[in-house]
Amino acid sequence: MRSLTKFALAALLSTAIIPSVIADKAMAAKKSLIMGMVLEPPHLDPTAGAPAAIDEVVYANLFEGLTRIGSKGQVMPALAESWAISADGKSYTFTLRKGVRFHDGTSFDAHDVKFSLDRARAEGSTNAQKALFGGIDSVNVTDANTVVVQLKAPAGNFLFNMGWGDAVIVAPESAEGNKAKPIGTGPFKFGTWVKGATVTLVKNDAYWGKAAALDKATFRFISDPAAALSSMLAGDVDAFANFPAPETIPQLRADPRFKVVIGSTEGETILSTNNSKPPFNDVRVRRAIAHTLDRQAIIDGAMFGLGTPIGTHFAPHHPAYVDLLGKYPLNIEAGKKLMAEAGFPNGFKATIKLPPPSYARRGGEIIAAQLRKIGIDLQIIPVEWGVWVPEVFKATDYDLTIVSHTEPMDIGIYGRDKYYFNYKSDAFKATMKKLNATTGEKARYELMGEAQRIITNDAVNGYLFQLAKAGVWNAKLNGLWENSPVQANDLTGVSWND
Amino acid sequence: MHSFLSRALRNRSFFIGLIITLFIVFIAALSFLWTPYGIDDQQITTVGLQKPSLTYWLGTDNLGRDLFSRVMVGARNSIAVAVVAVAIGIGIGVPLGCWAAARRGFLDELLMRGNDVIFAFPALLSAVIITAIFGPGAINAIIAIGIFNIPVFARLSRGAALSLWTRDFIMAARAAGKSSARITIEHIIPNMANLLIVQATIAFALGIIQEAGLAYVGLGTQPPFPSWGRMLSEAQTMMALAPHLAIVPGLAIVITVLGLNLLGDGLRDVLDPRLSRKRD
Amino acid sequence: MSAYFAKKAAWAIATLIAASLFIFIALEIVPGDPAQVMLGVNATDEAVAALRQSLGLNKPVAERYLSWIGGMLQGDFGKSYTYSVPVSELVSARITISLPLALIALALSTLIALPVGLYAASRRGSIADTAIMALTQIGIAIPNFWFALLLVYVFSIWLRIFPAGGFPGWSDGFIPAFKALLLPAIALALPQAAILSRVTRSALLETMGEDYIRTARAKGLSKRATLWKHALRNALIPVLTILGLQFAYLLAGTIIIENVFYLPGLGRLVFKAISLRDLIVVESVVMMLVATIILINLIVDLAYLWVDPRLRNREG
Repeated sequence: MRSLTKFALAALLSTAIIPSVIADKAMAAKKSLIMGMVLEPPHLDPTAGAPAAIDEVVYANLFEGLTRIGSKGQVMPALAESWAISADGKSYTFTLRKGVRFHDGTSFDAHDVKFSLDRARAEGSTNAQKALFGGIDSVNVTDANTVVVQLKAPAGNFLFNMGWGDAVIVAPESAEGNKAKPIGTGPFKFGTWVKGATVTLVKNDAYWGKAAALDKATFRFISDPAAALSSMLAGDVDAFANFPAPETIPQLRADPRFKVVIGSTEGETILSTNNSKPPFNDVRVRRAIAHTLDRQAIIDGAMFGLGTPIGTHFAPHHPAYVDLLGKYPLNIEAGKKLMAEAGFPNGFKATIKLPPPSYARRGGEIIAAQLRKIGIDLQIIPVEWGVWVPEVFKATDYDLTIVSHTEPMDIGIYGRDKYYFNYKSDAFKATMKKLNATTGEKARYELMGEAQRIITNDAVNGYLFQLAKAGVWNAKLNGLWENSPVQANDLTGVSWND
Repeated sequence: MHSFLSRALRNRSFFIGLIITLFIVFIAALSFLWTPYGIDDQQITTVGLQKPSLTYWLGTDNLGRDLFSRVMVGARNSIAVAVVAVAIGIGIGVPLGCWAAARRGFLDELLMRGNDVIFAFPALLSAVIITAIFGPGAINAIIAIGIFNIPVFARLSRGAALSLWTRDFIMAARAAGKSSARITIEHIIPNMANLLIVQATIAFALGIIQEAGLAYVGLGTQPPFPSWGRMLSEAQTMMALAPHLAIVPGLAIVITVLGLNLLGDGLRDVLDPRLSRKRD
Repeated sequence: MSAYFAKKAAWAIATLIAASLFIFIALEIVPGDPAQVMLGVNATDEAVAALRQSLGLNKPVAERYLSWIGGMLQGDFGKSYTYSVPVSELVSARITISLPLALIALALSTLIALPVGLYAASRRGSIADTAIMALTQIGIAIPNFWFALLLVYVFSIWLRIFPAGGFPGWSDGFIPAFKALLLPAIALALPQAAILSRVTRSALLETMGEDYIRTARAKGLSKRATLWKHALRNALIPVLTILGLQFAYLLAGTIIIENVFYLPGLGRLVFKAISLRDLIVVESVVMMLVATIILINLIVDLAYLWVDPRLRNREG
């Protein structure tokens, strides 16, 4: 009955205005793709900015490097057809592809490679990953299709580094304009950018390699979870590499129109604590908090079950991860006892500043309810990133906050003197120093484990969960990446099933 | 008084509006003493997202909190914000308006143009800016809404006062040597009370919608205290999963505003015999 | 008449200046640093300082205010910190969404409200009149963003015949763009239509009671003819006032609706600019909106003169 009414209503309405649109949708769908993204890039030059959103639009699609990273993290040839490494590992000879042209028609050759690499490592370069190029001693053009890169010391990951978005090859003629009108060599070229809404890429008919199956790819920026859901359900967006509304995943999963892939990210989501501010400078208070955090409730309530509990600041999928979840088992009485020992039998008042992402806003509401059980009365203060960065991160004017640390392998931040946790541990610093001087993998893993134990023992922060990544896309789409070894939405192999 | 009441209760708008408003006020007042469950009793893993049932009359939200309890306290929040915002409007706007009417001349012009400046600002946008300066929260929402009530009441009371000043009984009072301030307090304000009451009801209803709007964009009352607008925005992504989460707070807003609007309309008819005589 | 106009215009300009001061001072005291936001958490203090310098944020307050005002007078609204494009470019792109949205909403609300109000007035006291008035009461009480949610649920999620949000751009053809604006316009228009219907009805009833209308009736003009010929024209004054107010409200009040439907219009631009502390965008756009509202008020004032010649002599 319900579906009948629905049908009748739809029929009624469609006779009035809709026919042209249905036709238009059916025809357009097969050769074009609309990809949802949460954040809009500030500009489109991957060699001049850190935001992941830049790479997520242009990497592999618009710009190419000497090498590129594949969907499983492997290094693949790109603008360099092949390469040879000298016996001492310090000299890389790249043989470049012939007949490659930039989107503006200018030809690509060895001079562009030299220009790009020299530009990235030059003094005053605005490249966000300048360290990638730090090991380069010189770049020499042998002939139009051969470049020799001389390194200061052998570096096993040099070819991987050259596959980063920050290492793409740009042309001297167009490099300056790439922020607004990027010119690369990839299978897609820049179409339009409607600020605040979409970036559209169109197929590059003159591409040197296998042409893209799509004629047009539009990235639509939707930061609002509700809008993301409704646009996905309405078919206005075909895919989201990282869907911002975990609460809707069960619904999307149950819908045969969509494919849902849950992966992990490098994001440790933590209850960051200001270790220098009383009463949080007392390790007993921090341990009391650790005993009170119900991670499963936080993951269920804030992330609707998506996420892996963590007991320390380390990615659970990393081989050096140590499971420290048992260190502070959920135990309100133990928490109360520690609070009393610290001199707060009746608890105290504090604030928690929450940045905009839903894991923080929802997680904060749940944590506030949990900490109330041991007498900590949290006032919730929602803040914009524009306030969070200067107030919390820079000036460390905060008690507690929730944030996901998304950089890979970032435990080293606990050894920094001026980091917003205000944590000071000589033992930790010594371990880090040893780690930096150690080369053997096994010894390194052991030291990493040691570092994890130190911070968990000190209960520096409340360790909550590893942020999950929920990819959602139309089930008829082929070729989207299921994991993200690098920040990218590689559309080169994407096509529609009929 | 008696004739007022009997006349009022015969007015259908007034009657229905009064019943609805009293009901909402009762719910809000009751929430101080009793709610079926605590408003922040989270039972995430056990009773999250339940449909309405005998145990949970309006169901539960994603954190397993009882929706009925939260709607009750949300009523208190809405009413509190709107009442204080209206009080700000009356408390500042009416004296300003009366002052302008009593003094006339340049001061009058200046005050009224000052009103125009405030009127020229898109209210919600300005509220967003105000909360960006002071941070989101109930108090700042009240200020943001209250500021925009000031010119409304200033304009209304000035207009009413101006016409009252020309009336004979005011002239008489003036001739008796009473000061403008005294005349304003003793004669002008009591004589515009009806007008103010009607306008206050309307501003009250508007305040509830505005508070919900601010809370919807995340700038109103903050958790753990529930507010209807924020409940709506939280429910938005769960509409397909649990439609009651979006429908219940929305209906609460509609019913409350409807009640207040009906009450205001009814009051206008009852209190302004000129108009009601014309209508009948 | 011209003295009247000159006085009105002078006050409008004074209002504009006062408003610009308000905006500028308000945004001076907003906490948060645009340079820091732009560069992100890993930026060095030197980089932030350098960016502040190049954005001109280190200049004295008075100098920045004057250069902002001076720039606007010459049509230069400044350059967005975050997008590094002129604000005028951002605005002219966004206005192609917000303006049509407001106009469609205004047209819808007028198209609904005038006939409804007229009908209710002509059938005054009937069941139809009572029902219409009850419906308009409910219409006024519905918050437009909640109505928008319900529309999305029914037409986008359930029936899937309208987009749930986003804007394809006018370049993709008129129909998809129009469709993207229709639901938001309906959500905006409904409460406005309810208000306007009531105003129309009571304005008509009011004028029907006036002496000259009674005279016309006494002269034997039918009730309907009186309604059309005389009452409607005079009832237009309050209706015009509300229309003017509504247009200003719609243009600026789209902020929540643009959020619900994820339309990249002016409201969203400002909303996002506030959170990114892109102050120059906020200042300039709010100022443009304020100027528009003041202009509309001025036009409404003049429209009074046109509709009601009696006013011409009263204030002159």
